[in-house]
Amino acid sequence: MNRRPMFLVCVLVFGFAFFYIPILSMMVYSFNASRLATVWGGFSVKWYISLFSNEQIVAAFWLSLKIAFISATFATILGTMAAIALVRFPKFRGRTLFSGLVNAPLIMPEVITGISALIFFILLAKLVGWPAQRGFATITLAHITFSMVFVTTIVQSRLQQSDRAIEEAAMDLGAKPWQVLWDITLPVISPAILSGWLLAFTISLDDVVITSFTTGPGNTTLPLLIWSKVKLGVTPDVNALATITVLVVGLGVIVAGIVMGRADRRRELDAQMAYRDNK
Amino acid sequence: MIGWFHRRGWSDIIIALPYLWLVVLFLIPFAIVVGISLSTRTVTAPPIGFGGDNPWVSLSSYARLFQDDLYLRAFFTSITNAFVAMILCLAIGYPMALGLTRVSRNWRNILLMLVILPFWTSFLLRVYAWMGLMSKNSWFNEMLRDSWNFLVPVNWAVTFVPMMYSNFAVVLVMVYTYLPFMILPLFASLERLDPVLDEAAFDLGSRPWQVFVDITLPQSIPGIIAGGLLVFIPAAGELVIPSLVGDTRAPMIGRVISDTFSSARDWPMAAAVAVVLLLLMVVPMMVYSHYQAKGGAR
Repeated sequence: MNRRPMFLVCVLVFGFAFFYIPILSMMVYSFNASRLATVWGGFSVKWYISLFSNEQIVAAFWLSLKIAFISATFATILGTMAAIALVRFPKFRGRTLFSGLVNAPLIMPEVITGISALIFFILLAKLVGWPAQRGFATITLAHITFSMVFVTTIVQSRLQQSDRAIEEAAMDLGAKPWQVLWDITLPVISPAILSGWLLAFTISLDDVVITSFTTGPGNTTLPLLIWSKVKLGVTPDVNALATITVLVVGLGVIVAGIVMGRADRRRELDAQMAYRDNK
Repeated sequence: MIGWFHRRGWSDIIIALPYLWLVVLFLIPFAIVVGISLSTRTVTAPPIGFGGDNPWVSLSSYARLFQDDLYLRAFFTSITNAFVAMILCLAIGYPMALGLTRVSRNWRNILLMLVILPFWTSFLLRVYAWMGLMSKNSWFNEMLRDSWNFLVPVNWAVTFVPMMYSNFAVVLVMVYTYLPFMILPLFASLERLDPVLDEAAFDLGSRPWQVFVDITLPQSIPGIIAGGLLVFIPAAGELVIPSLVGDTRAPMIGRVISDTFSSARDWPMAAAVAVVLLLLMVVPMMVYSHYQAKGGAR
């Protein structure tokens, strides 16, 4: 490894400093006593206290969680079905259009997705009287639509890698179709389904643009609330909120990393043992 | 071979449900937008007119798009900002991805996790973090100001570095938020390279930069293209970043669409700009799939 690692190490150090200095700075300033968010005025946890006693923020947080949970679940079901359709059915009527519809939302700018959803809901309300008011239902419908295609992408690549022969063997041995689905296909793609759900959940929990177009009075999600606060400038309680988010997510990712790393090592060990036994 | 999913009832449901969902909630809304871009603006609610006193098909919104320099300038600003952000992401992301392939396996896993971690935290909060750093009295701004004042003659001295509300701020924050999208596909394509080729070139007397230019770089072009698109496409249509840190006098196209629609209530115009933006996005996508098809055939 003498291929000029010094330069690459420098770039890595610089790159990770670039990634993390803004986040660390935000975390330090969340403990700032001063009201001026950028001038240090001593240590204090008052912004955390004000954060948790702010009913508006707590309500927005629960609303966001509810929407993210429901939309991620529906997006995972629909997205997985779409992936199975695309991988396992080489021919059906309208397949080209279908695969286009699955890919298009990935490159569609969010502004356009948001505006088309809003216009659709307005015209629908004029035509059939529903939705009389935009809010929970319209946000959830929009979130399901644009996050399901991310689930499809993930599950699709997993399905393409999985071995068809196992399913075929089970069918030959007389398993019923639903048994094959339940005992073989779903367990094989379950890691992809899980990461698809997590991705859909995060996308929904994080979305500002599409939510801002499909929301109605009284339905402020957490990102919309942060958005309206941040537009007015830097505020200390958002620093506190960001710190909590980073710590919770960081902990989750580290735990997931350790668990998956263990599973990987065990699988490798099993593979080595099997190899040795067979020799 | 017949699978469980080939039973008639099953297959119909598996195809039809997501298909119908996307047609009703994605295709039809977008078709309506295309339709509205051809309508005339009215004072009714909704503010669009078809037929009657208005023409059935009107191209006036598209015509105005090419006459009013607000729209052309916004397209130009968006494309240059997205392009500069893409090049900077490549310049920082490429050596980082290459560095990631050269560290030990344990370090690699930890560092990859650190690349992905910001992606799981809120996008809005990552933009916000830079708003804090760039604002007038922040330690970062003061540090830059002091080093600037130290380096330049006294009469060039500044009281703070003007960073916020400019295209510079937009590009900086876009590079920050989209850099993982560049690093990950680059890493995936660089990781697959066979080190034996490098060693062979070294043994045959190539200098390090020659090995890079002749061997590493050509093999990583698919990763460069994928990463470039993953940065360019969302950056060109970005709304959040220019709204928070951008120059209001030179708005990007996402903001123009949103303002034309919500504030000016000119639905046909907003729809026309949206359609043209989407057409512009399709061009790089087609180049990409053309390239992929060629690579697959080889």
